[in-house]
Amino acid sequence: MVEFDWLSASAGGVLIGLAATLLLAGSGRIAGISGILGGLLERPRGDTLWRWIFLAGLLMGAAVHQWMDPAAVEARTGFPVWALLAAGALVGVGTRMGSGCTSGHGVCGLARLSPRSGVATAVFVAVAMIVAWMLRHGPFAGLLT
Amino acid sequence: MNGLIALVAGVLFGFGLDLARMTDPERVLGFLDIAGSWDPTLVFVLAGAVVTATVGFRLIGRGDSWFGGPIRLPQRSDIDRPLVLGAALFGAGWGLAGYCPGPGLAALVQGSADPAWFVVGLVAGMAAFAVARRS
Repeated sequence: MVEFDWLSASAGGVLIGLAATLLLAGSGRIAGISGILGGLLERPRGDTLWRWIFLAGLLMGAAVHQWMDPAAVEARTGFPVWALLAAGALVGVGTRMGSGCTSGHGVCGLARLSPRSGVATAVFVAVAMIVAWMLRHGPFAGLLT
Repeated sequence: MNGLIALVAGVLFGFGLDLARMTDPERVLGFLDIAGSWDPTLVFVLAGAVVTATVGFRLIGRGDSWFGGPIRLPQRSDIDRPLVLGAALFGAGWGLAGYCPGPGLAALVQGSADPAWFVVGLVAGMAAFAVARRS
């Protein structure tokens, strides 16, 4: 794996913060990815175009950086399909039920000092750490290999 | 203009995610696995994003946005069961595969099947929840 690089990590974080600031200042929207994607699955028409454009931009931005620096990120392949589907379903249901993900609660919510986002972020980070531990060192080590 | 704002914000967000290596789920799992060779990348990403957004949001203040009408901020402050249960389910999925929604979508441009399977599950989960809530 490519070595830890605090400068790109921080700079990438700053860009994410700028993106959230721009979307709120320009359009009055919170840049929560699960909310933007989930809104496409339940909102009435008329509120969907900006969501499609934002998500298309998200892919374009990632593609541009990958083109500029192809060695920065090694694509993981060969992870068990059942685990990817299960993980996606858990993240999909969980972020809609809990009203946000790493961006909506973790970035925008913490920046607003929202108590709900603080609790949500503490819970999802703690549970993710426990699950990662169980799968790598604990009772389910070896399940994914 | 709202379309242009959404486009620029999306591009910045996606570029930032890939620059910050968040599209590599092994790096995210390296942060979550505190018993392994711990990877601090996510701390720097989150810190950079939260500090920037804190300053940015403070400068914006309240009132109207430039092009999109009133600034829509969540008003609730109660801690209820769906918030905690939802965050726990999300955390379980995040710890399982190392993808949260933004990086999972952005990783689609890698062209491998892995993020695509995650996004299939993600959309299915969101759609299932939307249907369950409607009925």
